[in-house]
Amino acid sequence: MDAILLQVLNGLDKGSAYALIALGLTLIFGTLGVVNFAHGALFMIGAFVAVTLQRVLNLSVVTVDPEKKDFLGNPLQVQTPYVESWFGEAAGQAIINWSVPLAILAAIPIMLMIGYVMERGLIRHFYKRPHADQILVTFGLAIVLQEIVKAFFGANPIQTPAPDALAGVWNMGAWLGMSLPYPAWRIVYFIFAAIVISGVFAFLQFTTFGMVVRAGMADRETVGILGINIDRRFTVMFGIAAAVAGLAGVMYAPINPPNYHWGMDFLVLSFVVVVVGGMGSLPGAVLAGFVLGILESFASTTWATTTIPGINQIIIYLVAIVILLARPRGLMGRKGVMEE
Amino acid sequence: MGILEIKDINKRFGGLQALGDVNLSVEEGTVHAIIGPNGAGKSTLLNCLVGKLEPDTGSVTFEGKSILGLKPHQINQLGISRVFQTPEIFSTLSVFENVMIACFAKRDGAFQLNPLTSIKGEKDIHEKVEQMLEDVNMADKRDHVAASMSRGDKRRLEMAMCLAQDPKLLLLDEPTAGMARADTNNTIELLKEIEEKRGITMVIIEHDMHVVFSLANKITVLAQGTPIVEDVPSKIKGNPKVQEAYLGGAHE
Amino acid sequence: MFGLDKRDTTLFLFVVAITLLAPFLLNPFPTESALAQFNAGYPDLMQRFVIFGIFAIGFNILFGLTGYLSFGHAAFLGVGSYAAVWMFKLLSFNIVPAIILSVLVAGVFSLAIGYICLRRSGIYFSILTLAFAQMSFAMAYSVLSNPNFNLTNGETGLQVYADDPQILKGDGPDFTHLFGLEMNTTKTLELGAWAFQFNAGFYVCAFFMIIAFYIAMRIFRSPFGLMLRAIKTNQTRLNYTGLNSRPYTLAAFVISGMYAGLAGGLLAVTDPLAGAERMQWTASGEVVLMTILGGAGTLLGPILGAAFIKYFENIFSKINDTVLHSWFSFMPESIDNFLVAILYPFVGKGWHLTLGLMFMLIVIFLPGGLVDGGQRLWNRITGKNRTQAEPVANPKPAE
Repeated sequence: MDAILLQVLNGLDKGSAYALIALGLTLIFGTLGVVNFAHGALFMIGAFVAVTLQRVLNLSVVTVDPEKKDFLGNPLQVQTPYVESWFGEAAGQAIINWSVPLAILAAIPIMLMIGYVMERGLIRHFYKRPHADQILVTFGLAIVLQEIVKAFFGANPIQTPAPDALAGVWNMGAWLGMSLPYPAWRIVYFIFAAIVISGVFAFLQFTTFGMVVRAGMADRETVGILGINIDRRFTVMFGIAAAVAGLAGVMYAPINPPNYHWGMDFLVLSFVVVVVGGMGSLPGAVLAGFVLGILESFASTTWATTTIPGINQIIIYLVAIVILLARPRGLMGRKGVMEE
Repeated sequence: MGILEIKDINKRFGGLQALGDVNLSVEEGTVHAIIGPNGAGKSTLLNCLVGKLEPDTGSVTFEGKSILGLKPHQINQLGISRVFQTPEIFSTLSVFENVMIACFAKRDGAFQLNPLTSIKGEKDIHEKVEQMLEDVNMADKRDHVAASMSRGDKRRLEMAMCLAQDPKLLLLDEPTAGMARADTNNTIELLKEIEEKRGITMVIIEHDMHVVFSLANKITVLAQGTPIVEDVPSKIKGNPKVQEAYLGGAHE
Repeated sequence: MFGLDKRDTTLFLFVVAITLLAPFLLNPFPTESALAQFNAGYPDLMQRFVIFGIFAIGFNILFGLTGYLSFGHAAFLGVGSYAAVWMFKLLSFNIVPAIILSVLVAGVFSLAIGYICLRRSGIYFSILTLAFAQMSFAMAYSVLSNPNFNLTNGETGLQVYADDPQILKGDGPDFTHLFGLEMNTTKTLELGAWAFQFNAGFYVCAFFMIIAFYIAMRIFRSPFGLMLRAIKTNQTRLNYTGLNSRPYTLAAFVISGMYAGLAGGLLAVTDPLAGAERMQWTASGEVVLMTILGGAGTLLGPILGAAFIKYFENIFSKINDTVLHSWFSFMPESIDNFLVAILYPFVGKGWHLTLGLMFMLIVIFLPGGLVDGGQRLWNRITGKNRTQAEPVANPKPAE
């Protein structure tokens, strides 16, 4: 029982990431009708916003402390991060320590901006072009983005620790009378993902803006006839999708040190998630994200990998193939979608 | 027994009854028009005949064989060709190549793996295409890219592709929809010629009464998914049921 | 000649001549001159030109004709390489059985994957092929390289070891060979300041590329090829004209998979080593770029695109900041530093950035590729476009 619960927990963090990326992909596909191969890159950029903020906060002023001497008797150079000299030592250290959650505040405007520029500057001009061209141009963009990040941050993964308070281990089984120690940050990530997902759904469900977007997803032409300027709303939706992917990336950085090729790694799997969930279905994307994440975690157990070596790396694809053959429209896809 | 027999067809979309107990018999060699107000189920009926939709109940037989459940290409290979409301052609290919594809489909069937045969060597196909283009007065446009032509010419090309297959039954879905008067008249002339020269059985779905009464020798009126009258053109005009159906449709 | 009409025969002979004379044509600069670094006439690079030429020609039969955009063709390339290396391991270093098996295995593999993926079209097809390719990569990288069943040798890559059976080897050579002619044999012809290299491996690959090009040409001119183009234009009309599009697309998929297998086999012939990274999505993306850069749907385009990309990959990767500084050293130092700082991210290790940018620029500004661009330029120079009333084919497929 403990073991099963542990695997479920293990699957939740990756599942959350899949769900968040797949949610954005589905939003973009459903509204703009574009398959965005650069969506994984947005996730990756989000993670590097966290990395950048951590570095910026650690920028230090170098002062010479006349009181202290090193062992040769020279005055000692002391590095004090600017934030510490501005806000005092305790507050400054707290700010640095909490840089990843703080990066959320930075990432929201940055990602919205990137999303806006991407849609206005590039994607917009491809609505009327064939799907192949849309795929190709976003694919090219994905390569460009990842190479830019590589040029600035290098090819190696960069450690981006979580705040000390959340870096420890929580016993998740305490209230069940079980011992189920689990990294706290991963739980935080899951809760964070749940909040973001609920936020997006609430936005679509309870605002007029969201209602129009949902109507547009169902039938773009009809909404166009109603004289509602759907294009502008779609630009905003693209920004939101970009922000969701970015936030997913920011918070994922402490779980797995980010590197430049994260984007494509997660993108391919997120596509599979979208297809399994049902192309165009938002709840489907979220559900499939968690299901596949948990499935992958079960396939990573020692028992599974000794039975079939490497099963953890292909399980998602296998499930996707089976689902596509048995139920082409995916778990929650509308009838007719993907069936021709 | 007609060449095409439709028996007790029903088709529902969710709660909407699109077709209800449709019975229709198309006699060989006739031009059979199906008319009716918007939403009467004309297009649904046509889609059931070509394999795009499958009726919930009932049967459709062509020359005595059921064609239900067959794919569009299989139905076409039996000898049923379809002309679309907006001309469906291979727009990036030349006029000649368009007709050629139809000729190959007729001769070689639904699939032929011949990647090393040269098109240039297919003398009989070339002759047939030339002949076909002569017949529809398009010989001078043979090397034009299909997309670059007027709507009337596209319609003409589509017709040529269907005729190149020597179909036993030609289905026409509003062949003059959205056409200028001159193009409409040309199309009527072309269809008349086809009927006279080749005697192909045709089923026409049409809004334009001018077209219907110029061509049809039998008319079925469809209203709310059900045929209400079937008669020769001269008797349709005065039929009170027809007037009611159309007036009723106009009120909606 | 060869069942081609006059124009095609000319084109074909042109390609044959260019390919066979490549060691001369790609070596225009004297060996000792400063420009020698721009020469491409050495065996390793020329082999890559023709091998990736084959890969792109095959990809073009699928993408260029039918419009089905596969993002997983590198999988077939990788499978071809593995098959060839296994033949080296089991039989001998003779390349004939290796090449035959690599084409066959890739054919069977593409038949299976194509059968599933072609149940969908458009973007779904692209996503499915991408997923399959990534799965194949994962299989090659880890699943199929465990102690009990080691088919791919994982990270190290599959290679021939001294204790492999090689049952037919006897006293045969220790490197890949064609009935005794070793593939790394190179004859150098020195003419004045120039040194031209003729390599056996290159000519074997060139021979296969010429065959591959010839077959592609026949396909383009066949009724089968016409149907493939019709699929790209209007699948609805095709079905209502009595043609079944599924077997056509599947045949095109398998043919292009076999081309990829051949290319993979030849990669192993020139260097008997097969690694999983050959199957990754980057490799699939590269062949897509080669094809659209040259011109999808054209005969010459893919070869042109493959050569273009492999050449610039080679040149760009060699350039580092020292080389850049030496170029601009005649300028004032500040301008020199400025130019180097601007160009540096795009060369050397930054080659992929250039590749991605090129990808975008081509799709945005030159969707017809170099061949189409060249034709338009030619028309503008000769003033053909305006005076002639002949309608121009719309290069974009009408969905």
